[in-house]
Amino acid sequence: MERDDIIEYSLDAHHSEEKGVEIRKKILQVTILLSIITAVEITVGVFMGKRVVAPGTWVLIKYGYIVLTLFKAWYIIKEFMHLGHERKSFRKVILYPYIFFIIYLIFILLVEGSAVFSNNNNFDWIQIFK
Amino acid sequence: MAGEASKAIDPKELWGGGRSPFSMSYGKMMMWFFLISDALTFGAFIVALGFLRYTYADWPVSEEVFFHIPFSHGHFPLAYVAFMTFVLIVSSVTMVLAVEAGHRMDKKNVIKWMAWTIVGGLIFLGSQIWEWGTFIAGPDGDISTWADNARIGWNPYGPPQYAQFFFCVTGFHGFHVFSGVIINIILFINVILGTYEKRGHYEMIEKGGLYWHFVDLVWVFVFTFFYLI
Repeated sequence: MERDDIIEYSLDAHHSEEKGVEIRKKILQVTILLSIITAVEITVGVFMGKRVVAPGTWVLIKYGYIVLTLFKAWYIIKEFMHLGHERKSFRKVILYPYIFFIIYLIFILLVEGSAVFSNNNNFDWIQIFK
Repeated sequence: MAGEASKAIDPKELWGGGRSPFSMSYGKMMMWFFLISDALTFGAFIVALGFLRYTYADWPVSEEVFFHIPFSHGHFPLAYVAFMTFVLIVSSVTMVLAVEAGHRMDKKNVIKWMAWTIVGGLIFLGSQIWEWGTFIAGPDGDISTWADNARIGWNPYGPPQYAQFFFCVTGFHGFHVFSGVIINIILFINVILGTYEKRGHYEMIEKGGLYWHFVDLVWVFVFTFFYLI
């Protein structure tokens, strides 16, 4: 039987020596970017930990971490996993359902987590409205 | 085409005939679908960690738990986990360089970069073992004194779920790294044997690479949500 899965499309992925130089340059740039972001995260983690900074600052740092993480994740997916260079429609097929489900999961579990917390600590929700 | 059911369909008009969904090979697309399902599993783990942290007012701070480094008794918060993160990022880079070399049919460089990727994976796995040993040993750093050792039901750092999530999340990720290293070794042997040279392309390196980058991607999230926040 002819193997139709390995012949036609894969060969399209070949590139020339010059294109290779260009791609390696891009890889180096992404590597440096990811290393710098990680270094920043670690430095902040070591010197501006939860116990050291004010609670308000900690909330900012927390959201900063999440933004930096998503930034790193996007670069890994886009460049290393090559999703940025696939068809736009394929990118959507992969990313949209996942993002949709995970946002719901984050929302519902964090809401439930707060509810369990207030239950455990006898937090009276009604008093807010009194 | 439509309305020609009485005629035998020429296979060339089907997927094999130059058309394919998203202009992608079947194997690569299925690897992406697998990664999405795996990402949902890891997503569930990490979101469940968020749930637990919302239910506890006093979750341990990782700078106060992970401050050991090998061969020293000094206090270096997060230093070793930073090293592990860096190793995994670098091994991801060497993997993408192997994929790039494969696109040029450059067998020698594919072998070189695959070898470095495997080395990076093994360093990470060894670090993970050391990290687990240190975590289990507890504050006194002695794994043979069982009383203060971290275990599933109890740990010296905080709520029992802290150790449970440490073992489950980093363990599940570590198992992915382990299988990734095995896959990379198989690919490495195939490259040396010339399997992909004969096939005319190195797409299998790309598929293995997708998996390996995914493992790195998961670690980026584990690092943020378990160690940093």
